[in-house]
Amino acid sequence: MFDKNAKPSPQRQRQLDRYKQLVERMSPNSDMGQGLLRAFWVGGSICCFGQFLQEAGKMWLGMNNTAASTFCSTVLVLLTALLTGIGIWDKIGQYAGAGAFVPITGFANAMVSPAIEFKREGLVLGLGAKLFTIAGPVLVWGISASVVVGIIYAIWPW
Amino acid sequence: MLWSLLKAFVVGGAICAIGEVLVLKTKLTPARILVGYIVAGVILSALGLYAPLAEFAGAGATVPLTGFGHALTNGVKKAVQEIGFMGAFTGGLTSTAAGIAAAVFFGSLAALVFKPKAK
Repeated sequence: MFDKNAKPSPQRQRQLDRYKQLVERMSPNSDMGQGLLRAFWVGGSICCFGQFLQEAGKMWLGMNNTAASTFCSTVLVLLTALLTGIGIWDKIGQYAGAGAFVPITGFANAMVSPAIEFKREGLVLGLGAKLFTIAGPVLVWGISASVVVGIIYAIWPW
Repeated sequence: MLWSLLKAFVVGGAICAIGEVLVLKTKLTPARILVGYIVAGVILSALGLYAPLAEFAGAGATVPLTGFGHALTNGVKKAVQEIGFMGAFTGGLTSTAAGIAAAVFFGSLAALVFKPKAK
């Protein structure tokens, strides 16, 4: 009988090692290319849609620059909240990786998703607190960094 | 308009692709990458490197989270110019108020309306 636990012969072992090396060399590369492409086109499309919203706001809704960029992020956040709620965003996120979570849509999804999940723990410490599971750290570090920049700028304006 | 859409697509896509490299090549969780992106945005903007990119790519540079950092720094600098030292504490949130308020409001609204998925 063939014994599964028997040690392979040295020759066979070399073969196996070489095969393992080959697999390691080949597989991350192809994953990487595909992941990058997906992140690129989905992330790019989200930004492109954002640009369209801005231009549309300026052209047809008579908005100034500030209002148009506010309009853009608000609509993207609203759409992400809706898509997260009906469960479609999960699929986009799995497909696109960083392409979905690097734009502001990822920030919105990171708020909505745990908030829905933990709603059953109550509206205050469930929904209210979990809204900031990931958004919290982002705001903490972003705001702190900007305050440091502001203090430096107040002392040595450049 | 087509040209500006294309610029937003390419630059925004590139910024997201860099994030994907971080996902695949390092063991960083998305939360850490997001924090890194926003801090990177604050710093790049403070060094004056992000404004030209935002000028060129529009939403391609402002929609990714680095753009959120850029808005924080812009707001802080503007507020310091207007009201002096205390502007360091008011400017960042003033310029990003809409994004944060929208995320909080629509986020909690969506969480109220939709049911958690049965697992």
